[in-house]
Amino acid sequence: MSGFGETLLDATDETVRVRFVVNGRKVACEVAPRDTLVDCLRDKLELTGTHAGCEMGACGACLVQIDGRAAHACLIFAVQADGARIETIEGLTESGVLADLQAEFHRRNALQCGFCTQGMLVNAQELLSQVAQPSREEIRDALSGNYCRCTGYEAIVDAIDAVAKERMKARSAGGGGT
Amino acid sequence: MTTPLTSLDRPNSYIGRSVPRPNAKRLLAGRGRYVSDLKLPRMLYAAFLRSPHAHAKIVSINTEHARASEGVHLVATGADLAKICTPWTGTLDHFKGMTSAPQWPLPLDRVVWAGQAVVAVVAESRAIAEDALELIEVDYEDLPLVVDIDGAREAGAPLVNPGSAHNICFRGQLDNGTVDDAFAYAVHVVEEEFSFARHTAVTLEPRAIVADYDPAAGMLTVHHGTQTPYQFQDLYSRHYGIPEARVRVIATDIGGSFGMKLHVYHEDMAVVGLSILLGRPVKYVADRMESFVSDIHARDHRVRARMALDAKGEILAMDVLDLTAIGAFSTYPRTSVVEGNQVIRLIGAPYRFKNYRATLEVIFQNKVQPSQYRAVGHPIACAVTERLVDMAASKIGLDPFAIRAQNVIPDDAYPQTSPTGYRFEALSHQACLKRLRELMDYDALRAEQADVRKRGIYRGIGIAAFVEITNPSPAFYGVGGARISSQDGAILSLTPSGEVRCLISVTEQGQGTEAIISQIVADQLGLAQEHVKVITGDTEVTPHGGATWACRGAGIGGETALQATRALKRNILEIAALILQEQPSALDIVDGEVVDAGTRKPRLPISEIARIAFFRSDTLPPGTQAQLTVSHHFAPQGYPFAFTNGIQGCSLEVDVETGLIKLLKHFIVEDCGRVINPMLVDEQLRGGIVQGLGAALFEECRYSETGQLMNGSLADYLVPMPMEMPDIVIAHVETPTADTELGAKGVGEAGTAAASACVLNAVNDALTPFDATINSIPITPTKVLKALKRF
Repeated sequence: MSGFGETLLDATDETVRVRFVVNGRKVACEVAPRDTLVDCLRDKLELTGTHAGCEMGACGACLVQIDGRAAHACLIFAVQADGARIETIEGLTESGVLADLQAEFHRRNALQCGFCTQGMLVNAQELLSQVAQPSREEIRDALSGNYCRCTGYEAIVDAIDAVAKERMKARSAGGGGT
Repeated sequence: MTTPLTSLDRPNSYIGRSVPRPNAKRLLAGRGRYVSDLKLPRMLYAAFLRSPHAHAKIVSINTEHARASEGVHLVATGADLAKICTPWTGTLDHFKGMTSAPQWPLPLDRVVWAGQAVVAVVAESRAIAEDALELIEVDYEDLPLVVDIDGAREAGAPLVNPGSAHNICFRGQLDNGTVDDAFAYAVHVVEEEFSFARHTAVTLEPRAIVADYDPAAGMLTVHHGTQTPYQFQDLYSRHYGIPEARVRVIATDIGGSFGMKLHVYHEDMAVVGLSILLGRPVKYVADRMESFVSDIHARDHRVRARMALDAKGEILAMDVLDLTAIGAFSTYPRTSVVEGNQVIRLIGAPYRFKNYRATLEVIFQNKVQPSQYRAVGHPIACAVTERLVDMAASKIGLDPFAIRAQNVIPDDAYPQTSPTGYRFEALSHQACLKRLRELMDYDALRAEQADVRKRGIYRGIGIAAFVEITNPSPAFYGVGGARISSQDGAILSLTPSGEVRCLISVTEQGQGTEAIISQIVADQLGLAQEHVKVITGDTEVTPHGGATWACRGAGIGGETALQATRALKRNILEIAALILQEQPSALDIVDGEVVDAGTRKPRLPISEIARIAFFRSDTLPPGTQAQLTVSHHFAPQGYPFAFTNGIQGCSLEVDVETGLIKLLKHFIVEDCGRVINPMLVDEQLRGGIVQGLGAALFEECRYSETGQLMNGSLADYLVPMPMEMPDIVIAHVETPTADTELGAKGVGEAGTAAASACVLNAVNDALTPFDATINSIPITPTKVLKALKRF
């Protein structure tokens, strides 16, 4: 066996213990240094709602929340996320923070195959946390890193627009809160 | 305010209603079950070593170190798999004279494109398998190669398949009428050479397969991200010699397909073989880089076409040469000739003219195989036709709407046979043309265009009419000898609690098959939609059928469901009649209740009928056997295809300094016959249009002279993203087909069919003041600047 090959294979034997808070629960797992966060979430934690579409940060299918902000799980190694709070589509669904977005996506059929959808939702949530009343142009701009091959994007833009308006209405009626 | 009641206001009236898809909630919650998510006990992972050469002889393969690696279970070459798998050849009998070389899962002695899988490694993880690939040594000897269409056609060109005399896969000709006479008689002739780049599907979920061979049971189970599970059941059975009843293909959630996931791929066939060799489940999911070099590509045509017109602008004739390059093999089992065949048969389709001549030449080259992808051939036929119509209009001094209004087949002139031999049952070009003009507010757009042009803003308006092929009959593949079903099947059962389970062979890839089937069943049976459960995509459970491709889900699958439901309803009412001492004809079902057909007075819930039939059959008259499961198959008859039609329009702006094009708005008027769910139809149209717009402006698989794909990643290969895409305005004309009771035709290709033609016409319209023209897709900024002589 060549020296090069042995080095490569030895590297895979090394594992590192990492700990996260994933969807509100403390978890620990053994990962290889080269494992990305999306691999770790899908393979080790069996949270398959997060998808890998391009593995280079271009398509947005792997977006999760890391410490409250949307981030590409394919562009971060699992070891780099050690100690982070991570929310995936499973946790965001259980906690209900996306319920209005999910309902509006459903009502308007703002998805087809669904493979990009959780990334769209995480990004929409991020946008609406930054800009309360984005214009359609701003919504399209914010989604410009989310690739969808099935839809024409328009229903997605419509759904996010509608939720932004509903949230605004609720906020002004409720007098504050997020 | 009260609005009059419509048929949609009666209970359980679902056909024509925009209801959301029941299965979409699961996908929105991250609970999809894609093949790439699947993990089975004892499952291993495959990875493939790919050829760096576009054409080379395999001199030797040394796998010794890879085999010895920890965690590696199997390393297999072409020879290993050829022992258990028979080869396949991508030809169809009705394409007379077409050739293609036999293909094996992995090559035996020669690679024919850069990126072709050469050696497979199966290991405990994908990462270990990939590490082991690094330890494999393949000694290649470069062979001369052909990359472009011209090079491949030259005398003395290197041969892609050394056994043949040339690189021609197929030559076809249509000649209807006296084309030369028509051109001699013509007052106006327009002529252009068009080129259409290769592009590819870029489904967001790449190809994924888990093959699980159980040697004890002699049973192969394949979880496959495919549109056509029955086709693969047949292929795995025949090529691996396993009885068909012992091959099960399961296709649950599929992350995009668009025709790309119905062809035989070498890796997929190999994974089945690897699982057979190991007796364990083996998983393979292509990564994005692999997808670009091994998924089918599409288009890659060069078309020379001319059109003859009389003094008033009546089209007299068309004369066409389509050259299309298909890589090193024709795909199996549908072949790579279908696209070119559809190009030459769809050219001119909306128009009334008699004289047509076309030559198709399908050419091999050292690249990955192109084949059927959404709107097979349509965008090319449409762009060629519609550009020539616009060129003619401009030459004669007619408005684009006027020349089309003058030449389309009138709506009252059907049935019609096209000069290319297609039989049209009933199309609505005139109605669509009129509706589009209103929808676009065409005159206002033209006024605005003239106004902003004064300020140096160059807007373009383009329109393009199209004819779409849907609901293919056996005339499509069956007559060519392919075992691809044009019929579909459904099994409908009333459950003991009075709900309905529908097993159906049409499959779901997100377009809403399950939703529309449950709408049809609920509507026809008189149930609430939530009481209908639709199950698709499992050959062991659902009856055999063609599944979902070529826009056959609603038209053929929907009709199958409709007829099956009517049969089940008859059976339910027969039992109800026995219980209620009535004639079955005096009864009906509304909202899950058997009612008096005349008075609508409720008599008995169907849950009660089910209870009696299943649990108290002793109370039914002697001899009664309740048939509360029905199975029904439906194959299209009558017209060989249900053709649909429509027209698209777009408004865009060309920046003449940078060559960048901004899409402002897109419009479509479309006629898919009976609309089952308007919201889903609209979303299909929008998705299709965006795929066509991607092709028009961005998408291109760029190759080097040595046959290397230069832009095989999502950072380099441009796809339409939300920011570049316009809002899309939709209107419908409904001309139901009389060939089925449902009346639905397909709609999946309509958006893609004319989008790039529209953009091509609009860009050329914008460039009119510069006397610059563009005839090549995609229309990149470079091409715009070159046309403007600014680059």
